[in-house]
Amino acid sequence: MTGTAFISALAVWAAGWFVNVQLANSRMADQPLVRLAVPAVFGVTLLIMWEILVRLLEVSPVILPPPTMIADRFANELPILWADFEQTIIKGAMTGYIIGAAAAFGVAILADRSEFLTRGILPVGSFMAALPIVGTAPIFVRWLGSDWQSKAAVVAVMVFFPILVNTVAGLRDTSAMQRDLMRTYGAGYWPTFFKLRLPAALPFIFNGLKIATTLALIGAIVAEFFGSPTVGMGFRISTSVGQLALDMVWAEIVVAALAGSAFYGLMAWIEGRVTFWHPSQRERR
Amino acid sequence: MKSVLPVLTVIGAILLVWIVSVVPMNMHLTADQAQRQDIAVTPDTPAARQDYSGIGLALRNLHLAGATYVLERPRLPSPHQVAVEMWDTIALKKVTSRRSLVYHGWVTLSATLLGFAIGTGLGILLAVGIVYNRAMDMSVMPWAIASQTIPILALAPMIIVMLGAIGVQGLLPKAVISAYLSFFPVVVGMVKGLRSPDAMQLDLLRTYSASPAQGFWKLRLPASVPYLFASLKIGISASLVGAIVAELPTGARAGFGARMLVGDQYGQPMVTWAALFAAAITAAALVGLFSMIERFTLRRMGMAAA
Repeated sequence: MTGTAFISALAVWAAGWFVNVQLANSRMADQPLVRLAVPAVFGVTLLIMWEILVRLLEVSPVILPPPTMIADRFANELPILWADFEQTIIKGAMTGYIIGAAAAFGVAILADRSEFLTRGILPVGSFMAALPIVGTAPIFVRWLGSDWQSKAAVVAVMVFFPILVNTVAGLRDTSAMQRDLMRTYGAGYWPTFFKLRLPAALPFIFNGLKIATTLALIGAIVAEFFGSPTVGMGFRISTSVGQLALDMVWAEIVVAALAGSAFYGLMAWIEGRVTFWHPSQRERR
Repeated sequence: MKSVLPVLTVIGAILLVWIVSVVPMNMHLTADQAQRQDIAVTPDTPAARQDYSGIGLALRNLHLAGATYVLERPRLPSPHQVAVEMWDTIALKKVTSRRSLVYHGWVTLSATLLGFAIGTGLGILLAVGIVYNRAMDMSVMPWAIASQTIPILALAPMIIVMLGAIGVQGLLPKAVISAYLSFFPVVVGMVKGLRSPDAMQLDLLRTYSASPAQGFWKLRLPASVPYLFASLKIGISASLVGAIVAELPTGARAGFGARMLVGDQYGQPMVTWAALFAAAITAAALVGLFSMIERFTLRRMGMAAA
């Protein structure tokens, strides 16, 4: 039994790999369709191997449920998953993300008027960005209660520093020549800000915003481990682990992965729209 | 060196905000306590005080401001209280004691370092595979990039239960999560680094008739070092976060995460705050250590520090 399982899994692997090697070394390798097909084949191969190994080795679903079981659970529990998504992502992560980003912009623009403050904020901010800020979750849950407000607060603090550092760094990213040109036009602080320095800072700002999308989801989910109402992705994950309903945990992870990619994708899409003039965006067209 | 003064100013400003916020944050607790000791408080019933915000209550009871800094279980401890607690648990307790933060720090740090070593090692190997094998590049690279947009930490409780069910406990499950978090930044950074030599440099090696192995050891690997260090610094702080979070949902008995949880559940805010700051100092020390190694290595290799 064990032998058949490994042999059939290996056969699937070999077949998938053969297709991919053929595709990658073929003449069509640079076509967009093939570029999409190769990682897709790879992912599907892994899923089939997972399914075969779990089914044939009779691994208990308490340890690792097969993909079909997870898909089944996902399809059947859509209302619960949607409620969790709403609580954690929309109320917790999104609110916190917007508050944190707005606060970071505010501080960055205030600090920007003084060279002294900028020099202080850059090192302190990048230092804070590397700290395990998730650890503040129990404190915020105690202060603001276990509903989404405390999660939004954790998320706001987590996304604040990366966005702040990137915005401050971006606002410094104009050359003396460009600023002098604005001065010869007789532009004051705000016209220079809106016409030159903000556009120049946008690639940096979006970099910070994109890093912060993942942080926002992590903050909202992990903060729920410290206390939450009876809804939410972190709550569902920790209680389902307790009930050994691992297929539900995996379904939540699928939701988290979809939400994370969509959130990141949204930011990347807006970036492409707003900074279409930037070399890194132009190359893609 | 000329940014020392600005940095100190910013840190001073943060501390000042913290110290000032202690008064309104703790005022309700202080007022309740003062009333029990027959000190005049306006308004004089707890129910009436609930209608005021912390700031409003603080303005009416300025004579109690001093007392907000010495509460035993404050909502927001003042900086000196956290410093005293940290001094007590780091310097004054024996390292083997369960109350010593050094002991808990070592528990978390050992999982972090083990996981970081595993994740970095596998990450470099995969990056080499991706650079040299086109099929691997096209299959794996999109997933490696996409995985950075996914909140991987949500997997932590499940990995621990899974590994626990097959009999793996203690250090290793935490290390697996740490490894997982440091893995992808290293892969993405190293692929970029190994590809950084330009066509001219690769051609030069070809005119020397260098073998692919020589090309790897003498050109690609040295060229990737600055990228490697940038990823290592991201990876080590991600590893630490991973190890801490791994301790949270499982009721671990030791480690920074366990301390935060204990302080939260038993109403001892000082324990949580001390663990939080100790974790922050550890993260800072690790990143600082890697920056130092980076500067030293790059100088020895003749590259300007990035």
